[in-house]
Amino acid sequence: MRPMHWAVIAALASAVWASFAYLSLDLGHLLTTEAQALMWNYVVSFFPPDLSGEYLVQIGQGTLETIAISAVGTALAAVFGMLLALPASGRYGTVARAVARLVLNFLRSIPELVWAALMVIAAGLGPFAGTLALAWHTTGVIGRLFAETLENAPAEPVQALQLSGCRPSLAFLYGTMPNVLPQFVAYSLYRWEINIRMAAILGVVGAGGLGQMLYFSLSLFHQQQAMTVILAMLVLVVLVDTASAWLRRAMTGG
Amino acid sequence: MSLRLDGVGLVYSNGYRAVNGVSISIGAGERVAIIGPSGAGKSTLLRLIATAQRPATGAIEVLGAAPWILGRGALRKLRSRIGMVHQAPPIPPRQRVVTAVLAGRVGQWPMWKGLASLAYPVDVAGAQSVLARMEITDKLFERCDRLSGGQLQRVGVARVLYQQPDLMLADEPVSAVDPALSDRVISELNREAVARRITLVASLHAVDLALHWFPRIIGLRAGEVEFDLPPVRVTDAMLRELYASEATVPTQGDQPLAVEAAGIRRKPMCS
Amino acid sequence: MSAAAAVWGPRDPSALPRAALTVLIIALLWPGFRLAEFDLAVLFDPRNRDTVGKFIGTFFPLATSADFLQLLLKSTLETLAIATAGMVIAMLVGCPLALFVTRSLSISRIGPGRGYILGRVLRLPARFALMLFRSIPEIVWALLFVRAVGLGPAAGLLAIGVAYGGMLGKVYSEILESGDVRPTTALLETGSGRFVAFFYGMWPAALPELVSYTVYRWECAVRASVIMGFVGAGGLGQQMELSMRMLNGGEVSTILLIFLLLVVLADTLSALLRKLTA
Repeated sequence: MRPMHWAVIAALASAVWASFAYLSLDLGHLLTTEAQALMWNYVVSFFPPDLSGEYLVQIGQGTLETIAISAVGTALAAVFGMLLALPASGRYGTVARAVARLVLNFLRSIPELVWAALMVIAAGLGPFAGTLALAWHTTGVIGRLFAETLENAPAEPVQALQLSGCRPSLAFLYGTMPNVLPQFVAYSLYRWEINIRMAAILGVVGAGGLGQMLYFSLSLFHQQQAMTVILAMLVLVVLVDTASAWLRRAMTGG
Repeated sequence: MSLRLDGVGLVYSNGYRAVNGVSISIGAGERVAIIGPSGAGKSTLLRLIATAQRPATGAIEVLGAAPWILGRGALRKLRSRIGMVHQAPPIPPRQRVVTAVLAGRVGQWPMWKGLASLAYPVDVAGAQSVLARMEITDKLFERCDRLSGGQLQRVGVARVLYQQPDLMLADEPVSAVDPALSDRVISELNREAVARRITLVASLHAVDLALHWFPRIIGLRAGEVEFDLPPVRVTDAMLRELYASEATVPTQGDQPLAVEAAGIRRKPMCS
Repeated sequence: MSAAAAVWGPRDPSALPRAALTVLIIALLWPGFRLAEFDLAVLFDPRNRDTVGKFIGTFFPLATSADFLQLLLKSTLETLAIATAGMVIAMLVGCPLALFVTRSLSISRIGPGRGYILGRVLRLPARFALMLFRSIPEIVWALLFVRAVGLGPAAGLLAIGVAYGGMLGKVYSEILESGDVRPTTALLETGSGRFVAFFYGMWPAALPELVSYTVYRWECAVRASVIMGFVGAGGLGQQMELSMRMLNGGEVSTILLIFLLLVVLADTLSALLRKLTA
């Protein structure tokens, strides 16, 4: 090992030591029999999950709401992302490009959950806040990628169309869109997949969907219902994973 | 007068003198072939005529207008009357043939028609009839990336036929088409020009094609006009002089896609 | 029919599928808008607009009082400490599980002994635990731990430990299995124990990849520990949640700025670490 490695290891070790020291946690406390008994009681209180028909109907609604939040949020983001990608790809000059990129970076840098907390203030508790939150963040992510795709698209088709008297807007639709549309669709669907997962948890700050149900049931000490929500989240994630893997195989295979 | 160039020159930013003091005038309904070795400035000359490039020196007049003093709308209108067949067809790979052909007239359509055609092709019959002239009707709804290079180039020609321009330009329109079809494509371009009494200017790699189909030949070398004559007066010596930088005078036989088995390969003219 | 074909040309074969797809998308999105309670009017409701307008109005100037900045420094350090210490816990959770579920480290695998079936049966719950740990999002873990150990950094630490432990365990074992198994198998066949086989057979080749993934995860942990603060798990996020609840825009924008800087810092640091250890 080079001395550099030892220096890095020493730095990491002291960072870890400093972290634990700074938090000054009494983790030993968690290992006492008393604490463990409490913990065990807490864990046990989650079982059995509440599988009553009435609650399952609510879970079903929450799941649908989660999917709706993600779908609408992603659809809005695809539209806004496209609109912002046009200036961000430099079509309207360098100033517009810089401004659009700044906006996209800003939207993207703020995590969905922070957006959700802000949107709960602006639009009130409920799924609408979650939808807007996902839309903002995803607009930043999608817009940046769309802009790059547009910049990399070949220029010849558009130039040729403009040379035959085409308006710039129509030249874009006929010359650039066919090149970039498949990528737009594929990436938007991929983001939707990510957003379903995200929509399931955004509710913990009050932005609707399964997350909000989880937050409520935990706040009301209904652990068994909370367990049902967690199970529903797991099932949703597994289903989305399976569906997307299947779709991917179907698309690349066919 | 359909076209007039007066001492037109263009120097690229790297100092390369692509076109140097070219003066030609071409009347309405004339059919002109531009020949010359590669690098002679054929493509640049066509791009200047197509108003794709602004000349550095000299004056240019296309269809009775000086394009570079026109406003944006007027320039667009002028351009919609110029049709250009590009050497590499500038068509997005995933576009369908029907859309690629109809795109030829989008410059003349009002906005709504251009948008509507994206939802459902507004003139399938029109697209079909020009594709029939290029013998690729069966590819009407095919995606362009599923076509061969030659088929794609014919789609590019079909687009310009569909555009019905007043000035038709073609930059090596048959470079990827095999000889039998080259003949067909060039004859269609000429037939269109004759039938609609419009001007046709084509640059061609194969000298035999040019001499066979065009009543006026312009020889271009190093950005300057070497000769400007009817084909009967173009001599072998002139051609050898024009192509001095290349080993032979190129004909259709030199083309990479030549199909010998079809038995339609032409005899090289000057060997 | 033929007359129509002559005038209109053949029918576009993909028109119908396209139209059907469009209708389907609209039919699916339409109830989505209703389920998501999509209502732009809410944003422009005068009372609401007032509150939001005031809130946004206070975003500038940034809050720069010495007290607040000191508080922020404390929260920022806490966030970094949660991420770092959380990663240690995650490694404590993930490493043993990874070693346990890695098939190429199985002693019973090489000889058809009695341990074979038992080994497979025992590996199942370990795999299940790993899956469970990582499939439940870290913020849900945080929510659960806040209820168990109270508000504050301990909950965040445990949440990262469990959620990232699951991820590390899975990825570690994938890295180990994708490497060359021959040295390990040779060691196991000459009677070495699991740990000897691991340290001499796999460790040297797999180390750079293991380190690089861990560092990358640490970067994610910094982000996650901020976010988890929103449910009360300490650090910068908890501070931001408080400021938002007070509708104190200046504080919120300051914290956002610090958060963005922190993310850039974590990015740079992790890139540097990966370069140093590569």
